Amino acid sequence: MNSSFDFTVVDQILAANNNSPQAIIAILQDIQEHYRYLPKEIVPHLSAKLGMSEAKIYSIATFYENFSFEPKGKYVIKVCDGTACHVRHSTPVLEALWNELGLSKEKHTTDDLMFTVETVSCLGACGLAPTMMVNEQVYAAMTPEKVLAVLEELRGRG
Amino acid sequence: MSEKQYMTIDGIPVEINGEKNILELCQKIGIKMPTFCYHSDLSIYGACRMCMVENKWGGIEAACSTPPRAGMEIKTNTERLRRYRKNILELLLANHCRDCTVCENNQNCKLQELAMRFNIEGVRFPNRAKSTKNDDTSSVCIVRDAGKCILCGDCVRVCNEIQNVGAIDFAHRGSKMVISTAFGKPLAESPCVGCGQCAAVCPTGAIVVKNNIQCVWDAISDPNVRTSVQIAPAVRVAIGKELKCREGENVMGKIVAALRRMGFDEIYDTTLSADLTVMEETAEFIDRLENGGKLPLITSCCPGWIQYAEKKHPEFLENISTCRSPMQMMGSLVKDQNMDAEQKMFHVAIMPCTAKKFEASRPEFTKNGEPDVDAVITTQELIRMIKESGLVFDELEPEAVDMPFGTVSGAGVIFGVTGGVTEAVLRRVSENKSRAGLLEAANAGQRGMEGIKEFYLPYGDRQLHIAVVSGLGNAERVLLRASAGEHFDFIEIMACPGGCVNGGGQPYFSNAKEARSKGLYEADRMLSIRRSQENPIVNSVYKKIIKDRAHELLHVHYTAKHED
Amino acid sequence: MIKTQNELALNRTAALDAIASYDCRILVCSGTGCIATGSNKIYEIFAELVKETPGVTLEFAPHDAKEHEELVGVKKTGCQGCCELGPLVRIQKGERVIQYVKVQQSDCKAIFERSVLGDEVIEELLYHKAGEAFRSPSDIPFIAKQTRMVLENCGRFDSESLDEYLASGGFKALEKAMFEMSREEVIEEIDKSGLRGRGGGGFPAGRKWKQVASQKEKVRYVVCNGDEGDPGAFMDGSVMEGDPYKLIEGMMIAAYAVSAENGYIYVRAEYPMSVSRLKLAIKTLEERGLLGDNIMGTDFSFHMHINRGAGAFVCGEGSALTASIEGNRGFPRVKPPRTVEHGLFDKPTVLNNVETYANVPKIIEMGSDWFRAIGTDNSSGCKTFSLTGAIENTGLIEVPMGTTLREVIFDIGGGMKNGAEFKAVQIGGPSGACLTKEHLDMPLDFDTLKKVGAMVGSGGLVVMDESTCMVEVARFFMNFTQNESCGKCVPCREGTKRMLEILERIVAGEGRDGDIELLLELAETISATALCGLGKSAPNPVVSTIKNFREEYEAHIYEKRCPAGACQKLKRIYIDPELCKGCSKCARQCPVEAISGKVKEPFSIDLEKCIRCGSCISTCPFGAIKEG
Repeated sequence: MNSSFDFTVVDQILAANNNSPQAIIAILQDIQEHYRYLPKEIVPHLSAKLGMSEAKIYSIATFYENFSFEPKGKYVIKVCDGTACHVRHSTPVLEALWNELGLSKEKHTTDDLMFTVETVSCLGACGLAPTMMVNEQVYAAMTPEKVLAVLEELRGRG
Repeated sequence: MSEKQYMTIDGIPVEINGEKNILELCQKIGIKMPTFCYHSDLSIYGACRMCMVENKWGGIEAACSTPPRAGMEIKTNTERLRRYRKNILELLLANHCRDCTVCENNQNCKLQELAMRFNIEGVRFPNRAKSTKNDDTSSVCIVRDAGKCILCGDCVRVCNEIQNVGAIDFAHRGSKMVISTAFGKPLAESPCVGCGQCAAVCPTGAIVVKNNIQCVWDAISDPNVRTSVQIAPAVRVAIGKELKCREGENVMGKIVAALRRMGFDEIYDTTLSADLTVMEETAEFIDRLENGGKLPLITSCCPGWIQYAEKKHPEFLENISTCRSPMQMMGSLVKDQNMDAEQKMFHVAIMPCTAKKFEASRPEFTKNGEPDVDAVITTQELIRMIKESGLVFDELEPEAVDMPFGTVSGAGVIFGVTGGVTEAVLRRVSENKSRAGLLEAANAGQRGMEGIKEFYLPYGDRQLHIAVVSGLGNAERVLLRASAGEHFDFIEIMACPGGCVNGGGQPYFSNAKEARSKGLYEADRMLSIRRSQENPIVNSVYKKIIKDRAHELLHVHYTAKHED
Repeated sequence: MIKTQNELALNRTAALDAIASYDCRILVCSGTGCIATGSNKIYEIFAELVKETPGVTLEFAPHDAKEHEELVGVKKTGCQGCCELGPLVRIQKGERVIQYVKVQQSDCKAIFERSVLGDEVIEELLYHKAGEAFRSPSDIPFIAKQTRMVLENCGRFDSESLDEYLASGGFKALEKAMFEMSREEVIEEIDKSGLRGRGGGGFPAGRKWKQVASQKEKVRYVVCNGDEGDPGAFMDGSVMEGDPYKLIEGMMIAAYAVSAENGYIYVRAEYPMSVSRLKLAIKTLEERGLLGDNIMGTDFSFHMHINRGAGAFVCGEGSALTASIEGNRGFPRVKPPRTVEHGLFDKPTVLNNVETYANVPKIIEMGSDWFRAIGTDNSSGCKTFSLTGAIENTGLIEVPMGTTLREVIFDIGGGMKNGAEFKAVQIGGPSGACLTKEHLDMPLDFDTLKKVGAMVGSGGLVVMDESTCMVEVARFFMNFTQNESCGKCVPCREGTKRMLEILERIVAGEGRDGDIELLLELAETISATALCGLGKSAPNPVVSTIKNFREEYEAHIYEKRCPAGACQKLKRIYIDPELCKGCSKCARQCPVEAISGKVKEPFSIDLEKCIRCGSCISTCPFGAIKEG
């Protein structure tokens, strides 16, 4: 195994979760929060520390939609496609994002790792459908035009 | 005692007698419930939904996960249930590679069997089976084909719950769910130890034993090659049912006859090298006891266990006996005998075991680049070769194996069942050579199908703590105790629950291991020589062949593998 | 530190005094919806304005409050309800409350000067309906026609402040339970109240508690299901972020009743604000001594933990949720054994959802008779709904059980948006059903809904008008369930996949004779045999739309026509011969040469060739080319 990976952060996260196998989901969440994705190198390390098989860690990580072994963009845009948003035309919003960023159903992240576009089943702001969330900020009543403006603003932030 | 409790199944009152679930109770009254994911040794998964039953209110319940209750009334075969079962089968078939005729498990497939049983006449959905191009053929022991997987999870549970190996698990979810190693790596790069228990429980052809039949036929047909073959103890009691004999019946003589008809030049019994193992391992054990060597001594016959130790417990490698497994002892002796012959020798081992395929391929067991054992085929493959040869097996007259390894002892025969190695060693060390002594050895506590058996035996002024373990999950438990400081003197470890009789290369039936172990103990009783040290061949092999080369021919050193 | 019952009372009095000393409170809605429309910025501006103004003090500081200074509190509140009108701001002076809607950053200064410092009402920022302006929130029909119990505190005070919760009567119920009632009496009271689980199934909460309390095993857990995953539902999220202390109090009462020492809240991944508010609440309660060992000097100890979901709808199913807390894949497991016997970590577990627990304190405080008087015989109390879709007022509502759909949609919801025709309402999310006009006067309660093949579910109400295609709605839900199926059992994993395949074919104009029957056949098998409740209910949206809108399915299948005009692939473009002047402009524009005709005579479109790009429509100078 490549030993160049620095496990300091991972070990801190493990310690904060009492090295408990039960806390695997929280551990993966914390790791993902730090790296914005799950680096593959962590799996053998977690396996050894937690006494869980690598296959099991992989199994858990692939079960939950929020985990990704692929690096995600700096801005993770989650477009809501819940019922309320769907009936208020969230699909054109998603398509506008895909077009502008050159992404698709299969390709979620831009090559410059700036943006990741995903769909989510409900953001809990149905009253303002269609909605989307950029990292942890919710944007309301989106239209294809408004989406482009948001992208401009995010690009400006760098 | 409380009063007898009854429930009603298909109108028949049935006594409830501690059954864990309705499915068991159905079996008791002769109803074979359809199921893919129920195995009495594994946890209840309840996912295939085939064993549904209808209660008196029209509710539908899974028989595998519903405990019987007094007064319960259920039906197992109603119009609705048939319809649901057909639907479920149709849905599974729509997602299944249906090239049954060229499937390794053709006619040995539960999906095929149930599709026939429930009269599936067509599949109304487009086939979305995964492409067979993604087959994982990296392991020398087993082959995985996701296109035939019905996601019953049996393999995952046996790999994790019983074997504690954790090579495979579910990955992804919903209709994208697959059985996978971590990151979908090839099985050969996973913690897989090749025990083949996953293949044994797999209801379809999604995990099968790697087939090495062709290279054996090629060697037999090659006029420039001499072929020899050895047959492991557990094989002789596992072949019967498939070839119209009684399950557990010892059909060694018929196997020998069949192999000779197929064209093998020399036929030997691995039992003889098991006798040698007893001699060597007992010597090693006594040496360690007397001279303060590393204890516990752990047996080395099982290649699944060896790989498990290498991958998970390298700290125990020095505890493992340096004895080669009986298969490798026989291989090195046969090859040694043929050293100066003109014709090249091709040595085949017929084993109950998939991991033996890996063992034979290890560099430790080659001499001048040539393996001691050229090919390992499992009992399942042997059965197919016999069928392919067109032999009417049950009508074959028994024949005897060849010299110079012709006579075997009962001690070697019982190697095939958990506790057998221990009992053989006990017979070697026991002072009392009368029949009573044998009885005493038999009752020490090593017999039976329990996963962990422990007992104490007097040795001089001390009590030896002996453990007999089968199933790697049980091994893990005992090793953890040993790591924690508990003292053991001798531990027998077999990877497969019940030992080699239940090996991953054996035909799979429920309750087979009990019948087969009974068959082996019977075979032991029938033999005139019951102790390895009393086998005259053992002595002559030592004198004439091994001489002072015991270390070279009969021992091996596994070294700890470092992850790179 | 609150170490005794008496200290709790003292803390409450202090909090009440403090709040009474405010001259004015600016209540800025900080529900997810209003934050999305910028309420955080509004809050900051108000806070800044208060700070900058001499003679006005922002925060309550009892010991050095100067007599002559005016005390103005700026508070972030839980969801005030009418999300569509956000950002919402309330100006409260004593009993008098002004509700401002759609407050922009530029409005803040005026509000501060005229309504906070002054006593003016800014007319143009009030809610207007039919020419009428509504000043107080309780006058707005959307709010006035509700009965807010669980949501009672949302919008009324700072949801992050324990003192404000105490001042509003918080922890009175816990106090009553711990010091005036035995554990058995608490359970009995909940049982008598008829409170049923608000998460979907409607199982009586009291019976659940009783079963847990009767287990031999003494280690028990209390778990809160906050994994509100139904698309179109956000009630539980609003309660968690809007009134976290009430939820925790409810769980503590449950824990006291069943002698549990640990509680877990499983919060959906998409609710970061719920997580942070709950974390803050737990931390505050621990610091103030209301959570931890020997609470208020008694032998009752309780610790709370938060688990964040990681994106799996199925974790809303009880056994999948506990599996997830234990660090496993969120696979539901076979029952029996049930969660009350072998739940979290294999121990007896009370598992209720957010709204259920949030109902508990009031029941204990007011008594079961009071609760039973609300709602219907078999469904007592109120129920929250998230009202969304093609409706005038979207938002979070709470009404007594048994209220009719008509009241909800037309009285509270203000009727259909833009005066459109009501077509259907989807209730209960992916497990629910689509109800039609004929169900409008049906009371919303557990049993009535069940009778028509629907369910309260978690309480999402998505209203649809004539432009919604019901086959497409069914496809949408099936796509959702199929995506969220855990994959464990065959009927759900494979069955929903095939149902979706069929529905996709139908909306694409490739439906075949027999598809409806095949859908119903699969639906029956799945409903009867799936392992968990989510799987069993997965076909409901399809079955209910076939039942109520079969003719729409038939139009798609047999006529290749979408009556709602919503299915893109079934759109037909035709030339109205009455309007066509035969100018041939469209024929030249058509990229696939599907349009032909004689000049100066009506042209026509070859539907075989037409790719429905629509470019001819915009080309036609006479508006003769139409879609439908």
